[in-house]
Amino acid sequence: MALTNEEVLAGLAELITDETGISADEVALEKSFTDDLDIDSISMMTIVVNAEEKFGVTIPDDEVKNLKTVGDAVNYITSNQS
Amino acid sequence: MSTKRIVVTGIGASSPLGGTAPESWSALLDGVSGAHTLEYDWVSQYELPVTFAAEAKVRPDTVLERPVAKRLDPASQFAMVAALEAWADAGAPEVEPERLGVDFATGIGGVWTLLDAWDTLREKGPRRVMPMTVPMLMPNAAAGNLSLHFNARAYARTVASACASSTESLVNAYEHLQAGLADVVIAGGTESAIHPITVAAFSSMQALSRRNDSPETASRPCSVDRDGFVMGEGAGALILETEEHARARGAKIYAALVGGGVTADSYHITANDPEGQGASRAVRMALEMADASPDDVTHINAHATSTPVGDPNEYVALKTVFGDRVDEIPVSATKASTGHLLGGTGALEAIFTVLALRDRQAPPTINVTEQDPEVPFRISGSPLALGDGDQLAISNSFGFGGHNAVAAFASV
Repeated sequence: MALTNEEVLAGLAELITDETGISADEVALEKSFTDDLDIDSISMMTIVVNAEEKFGVTIPDDEVKNLKTVGDAVNYITSNQS
Repeated sequence: MSTKRIVVTGIGASSPLGGTAPESWSALLDGVSGAHTLEYDWVSQYELPVTFAAEAKVRPDTVLERPVAKRLDPASQFAMVAALEAWADAGAPEVEPERLGVDFATGIGGVWTLLDAWDTLREKGPRRVMPMTVPMLMPNAAAGNLSLHFNARAYARTVASACASSTESLVNAYEHLQAGLADVVIAGGTESAIHPITVAAFSSMQALSRRNDSPETASRPCSVDRDGFVMGEGAGALILETEEHARARGAKIYAALVGGGVTADSYHITANDPEGQGASRAVRMALEMADASPDDVTHINAHATSTPVGDPNEYVALKTVFGDRVDEIPVSATKASTGHLLGGTGALEAIFTVLALRDRQAPPTINVTEQDPEVPFRISGSPLALGDGDQLAISNSFGFGGHNAVAAFASV
């Protein structure tokens, strides 16, 4: 059964907290990965690799650069779940 | 002869004897062994011929914050823990970033990260291999991360000379400070390589003790029944500083690093030169740099790994330098307690040497049932008093590849 946006957001927040130490409360849909959360490219790729495994999706490298905000990532994951 | 005086103003360690330098020193003086049976599935899974080692007393990822720890191989985690302790112990010196250096060694590097990634690749494919894999496994990961954490911009260097690595780091740092290229250096070494691959490999070469029924007494340097070394892990870090800089900020001073010698055997990739020429040259170089003579030496922390061949070779090498007096100098073979920390061993033993000078006692060499007449060093199962006068000590490290490194310390 497909996960809801809220469930994906909560799961993504866990991955971001684990990788960066940023509190899950700070991970909101409108936040930019780079400008707001200060996540560097190598952490972003680590989060992507972990998200692929956690949510059973494939996020092509070309797609990663389009994921500017947490909301972009949540939308991509929910609409590409198998 | 050197022109500047270089002093030790901070120490830190995470070792099989304790999570800090003072805890490690205290356990060493108490005659404790850090070795025990390994409680991992992989020991029986692979039917390893050696089932014990001297693991670090405190796992470094229980000390560091998770976001820090998860970007570091265990070897770099140990380095970070030891360096943080040493830095705090030195009073967190105020130093310009361009005058602060890092010289941090390893023998093997991030072997856990490399082999975990190999497992991931085979089980899950290339997409699951983490982006941080290479920066975590590279041998200079500890030096790079320490530079980053402490804002050290003078230089950050990693020596890899197997079991001589971290003594060589101290010598390099000494020379860098002498050359006026830094005021303070965070120097040391680390290793976290108690892995089924290394246990199997060292076993294959008959290097490890097989006393599976008695891990605590397995490392017995200088004992007639020694049968190999015991793998250890952990890190040691020393804050080295020009005396001028240390005095100006009112730092406490443990001892002075007064010289160092680094040589190569060109004899055999793993075996010691039986005449110990490279080792004795390294000792002489260290003493010359210290403007001292062999007669001035009052304590030796021997490399003494507890292998049948290595221990007498070291004795032969030292006898050529010290003559018959070698039998009178208080010697400590502390791998009896700690096991062999490979790339971390020189730094840990340098810390023990510095503390021996401070406390004026040579730490004990445990587990000697009957001393080998071919290795008649003056060792003792309990601490040996060094006396009140000026003290000069050397700490020896020798590594596969024919590397010899010796550091000389003086009491202050």
